[in-house]
Amino acid sequence: MPLRAKVASSVSRTAAALSRAAGRGDGSVIGGWIGLKIDPDLLAHLSAGRAIALVSGTNGKTTTTRLAAAAVGVLGRVATNSFGANMPTGHTSALAKAGSTPYAVLEVDEHYLAQVLEATEPHVVALLNLSRDQLDRAKEVAMMAQLWRAALVRHTDVRVVANADDPMVVWAATPPADPARGINPPHVTWFSAGQRWHDDSWVCPECGSTIQRSGDQWWCTGCPLRRPEPQWVVEDEGVLDPTGAWHKVSLQLPGKVNLGNAATALAVAAEFGVRPVDAVSRLGIVTSVAGRYAQVDKDGRNIRLLLAKNPASWLEAFDMADEAPTLLSINARDPDGLDTSWLFDVDFAPLRGRQVLITGDRAYDLAVRLDVNDVPFQHVRTFDDAIRSVPPGRLEVIANYTAFQDIRAELDRVN
Amino acid sequence: MSTESLRIVWIYPDLLSTYGDRGNALILARRARQRGMPVEVLEVRSDQRLPATADIYLVGGGEDGPQALGAQRLIADGGLHRAVAQGSVVFGVCAGYQLLGTSFFAKGVQCRGLELLDLQSDRGPSRAVGELAGEIDPRLGLPALTGFENHGGRTHLGPEVAPLARVSAGVGNDGSTEGAWRGKLLGTYSHGPALARNPALADLLLRWATGAHQLPPLDDTWSDRLRNERRAAVAAARA
Repeated sequence: MPLRAKVASSVSRTAAALSRAAGRGDGSVIGGWIGLKIDPDLLAHLSAGRAIALVSGTNGKTTTTRLAAAAVGVLGRVATNSFGANMPTGHTSALAKAGSTPYAVLEVDEHYLAQVLEATEPHVVALLNLSRDQLDRAKEVAMMAQLWRAALVRHTDVRVVANADDPMVVWAATPPADPARGINPPHVTWFSAGQRWHDDSWVCPECGSTIQRSGDQWWCTGCPLRRPEPQWVVEDEGVLDPTGAWHKVSLQLPGKVNLGNAATALAVAAEFGVRPVDAVSRLGIVTSVAGRYAQVDKDGRNIRLLLAKNPASWLEAFDMADEAPTLLSINARDPDGLDTSWLFDVDFAPLRGRQVLITGDRAYDLAVRLDVNDVPFQHVRTFDDAIRSVPPGRLEVIANYTAFQDIRAELDRVN
Repeated sequence: MSTESLRIVWIYPDLLSTYGDRGNALILARRARQRGMPVEVLEVRSDQRLPATADIYLVGGGEDGPQALGAQRLIADGGLHRAVAQGSVVFGVCAGYQLLGTSFFAKGVQCRGLELLDLQSDRGPSRAVGELAGEIDPRLGLPALTGFENHGGRTHLGPEVAPLARVSAGVGNDGSTEGAWRGKLLGTYSHGPALARNPALADLLLRWATGAHQLPPLDDTWSDRLRNERRAAVAAARA
């Protein structure tokens, strides 16, 4: 590593430690920020010599990254940005902190995928899904798919692991060949993780025709785009690998969506030569991820934290949550997006019959939504009020990003 | 009303439903049912014919491509024009508002609109993102408009339409007026579920559709709290 990069890397680690010691955060962004100020190519320098996997998509990337890091760990030490700091500052911080490791698995914000592909020259990139998220500042879904596609054209040697169930991802992962310019489409391994949310992919990104669905299958009515045959498939409580062998997956994380994340993790690890039979038991070690799915006992209540940031992830959260009293908390600060319109893209009907409490900066937006949805609720001012309002036993907490972090802070930054 | 039940058509949810647009259909249906009116909500996708006999048509927001495609298909279909000629109510939001005019810009080219409202839209110098508020045309007898806008367009009104509101916060059409209306057609840049924050506007559409001069009041406690909170937030941001 060049001297400048060494200095930058060392300063970056110190800043991160200071940030943590001062109780200002995980230190997972500030360290990288300072390091990149000293050496703008620090991320590329830190990536050199490592076999890297990138994980990107709207939902599930933090959890899939953690599972994939566990699976790749069969081979040796793995650097990873496990606190969900998923922009280049976070990657820089994570790699600097880990020191020299043969492997790295990095979660990447979908907007930064092109930039991080460029800097890290990964061996494999996993593309999970694309759906509406924070539209007041984020790119619209079709635009995002276009950016991914353009980035992959420039990195045709990377191995792609992609979701066969999401038409936008399939289109992004299959740019056309251009033999005249020596461009061949990247090699893609397809997985099927199931997809509950369909409302961002009714229109074909290739030709604008309608996309039809029947069972697991989907196809464009106007062009050849259709669901590719997946090599990795979730089946019952396990995963079918490309050889047709079925592996039971015992996770400590709830929901079918996490079985899908496990299948993706196994597919990513397989690109490094890890056999699923060797990796599958390691997936069960993962208990919670940066507070997501964490369980905390307080005042006789067993509180479980579920993060839901956008319509697609709310549908998954309802699937995971037990039939128990449920606290919903909504903010609309910068990291959440300032616009609460998406609340009307979520059908809250699954919560009928449960005791529902609401809180957060934008509880009134949620109140109007639940009212229209015929879901009775009670508004509480604080998290402690919520705990006092439910009987002893399970309390499910579903919150969007900063609301989740607020509650996590009240529970001593539970991981 | 055309039949014994109130018919609400949500136009092209596959194209024009960027962010919570479903809310407007849900809110209208609920407020009608709470007054004892039977309601039918039809979601008409862009590969289906548009029925011309419904009472209220909703056109939502969308990205450039779907907006242009939606306008093309609505012009080819002709159902919305027939419905308007028969006195149906139309509520357009954001991209759905723009395409009711004579022309709009999408993907850098000027596109033909439905020519139902005398207005045209082009690109503004910057994207308008944030809270939108303003006093509504007094002839409509409604409390102030509150909403969230997210668009890159600027809209110029012709003499045959009136502005929906005078802007007090945000951009709307051009920083001074917001939205437009004529007869039973009304459009706004207050995007997504605009009626969630403006229940009185929802009731105006219901009154237009039913011919009722008044509707029984409903419990709008939560909408009122939301409106007050947003008004305070806009005032605090300005202070």
